[in-house]
Amino acid sequence: MTLWRQPFDAAEKATKPGQIHIDKERCKGCDFCVDFCPTEALRMSVELSSKGYNFAVVDDESKCLACGFCELICPEFAITVSIPLDNNVA
Amino acid sequence: MTDTLNAKNHSIEKYLRQDRMPHIWCSGCGIGPAVSCFLRAIDRAEIDPNKIALVSGIGCTGRVAGYVKLDSFHTTHGRAIPFATGLKLAKPELKAVVFSGDGDLVAIGGNHLIHAARRNIDMTVICVNNFNYGMTGGQVGPTSPLEARTTTTPYGNFEPPFNLPYLASASGASYVARWTVLHLRELERAITEAMIKPGFSFIDVIAPCPPIYGRMNKMPLPMDSMHYYQEKTIIRHGADPKEADITLNGPILAGTFVDIERPTFQDQLNHISSKVNAQV
Ligand code: SF4
Ligand code: SF4
Ligand code: SF4
Repeated sequence: MTLWRQPFDAAEKATKPGQIHIDKERCKGCDFCVDFCPTEALRMSVELSSKGYNFAVVDDESKCLACGFCELICPEFAITVSIPLDNNVA
Repeated sequence: MTDTLNAKNHSIEKYLRQDRMPHIWCSGCGIGPAVSCFLRAIDRAEIDPNKIALVSGIGCTGRVAGYVKLDSFHTTHGRAIPFATGLKLAKPELKAVVFSGDGDLVAIGGNHLIHAARRNIDMTVICVNNFNYGMTGGQVGPTSPLEARTTTTPYGNFEPPFNLPYLASASGASYVARWTVLHLRELERAITEAMIKPGFSFIDVIAPCPPIYGRMNKMPLPMDSMHYYQEKTIIRHGADPKEADITLNGPILAGTFVDIERPTFQDQLNHISSKVNAQV
């Protein structure tokens, strides 16, 4: 997202990135988390898991907004997002 | 490092039988996100997990009962609602939740569904609707849209499907909503509301079945169905459920359609029995 004007308190109000934990042995490579992450913090791996799926990996954790949508949409319950305690996201 | 909540107590892991994971559902199956929403809704509705009885029938969605660490029962085909009715009558303090698929709830269990709604039994029914019988290889079901290809209708389905929100509301349900598994925040809220609501609540969850229904209908990848939901869903709360028909690749009307107060089965029963007791 590009802003034409940076709010003066943007740095202060910015959310801290969440910590994303992906269980690669549960992942079945459906692509939902990668496609629907609003900031493209995730990507699919090139290598295969032991069951033969490409799995989701964290591409750039600093981009993560800790929105938790990847955790919610993962059909395999493979993702957990730890949200920083002082983030005021619901 | 930022101070983080403990991942263990901030997730739904505590409600999952982790020894059963990974589950049997296909890659990109819509049942998983629906289960996630339900498990989160337990905490959100502040319901004691020890008071929840989860009942499911047969089919892919029927497996939910085996994956959750709640009191759960995997019933025979179509009989999830009567089983939950019995539980509710014997132990009214239980929160009965029926989690099953469209084939189980609406085809073989169709009569149970309409009669439970008519009686307004206090239970929540979550129906994962993927338009076919996924587990047995993709036969045509009571919700397959007209002209949809399935393994038993290779030239296109010629039976008009049920409109589930309309069926549930016409039968007397107190709460009827429909969401897709892309609208997860809304779905989570709807399940929360449904569990708190006294009376019969019905949630139609539109879910992808990529390798079976999707493959037959030009949506073979999990993302194809999700993009379809993203483009074609129309959210209209309070809409007339009559208009919630689904056509092949047509618009999907979503939202909370019915949210009314009606005396529940238990209320009516108590009313009559107190009248009888007053006479004797
Ligand atoms: S929590 Fe949100 S921003 Fe972070 S990786 Fe998941 S979807 Fe992307
Ligand atoms: S949503 Fe889950 S199963 Fe799908 S790619 Fe991401 S981690 Fe894997
Ligand atoms: S057959 Fe369809 S409904 Fe069954 S697990 Fe696979 S994707 Fe899900």
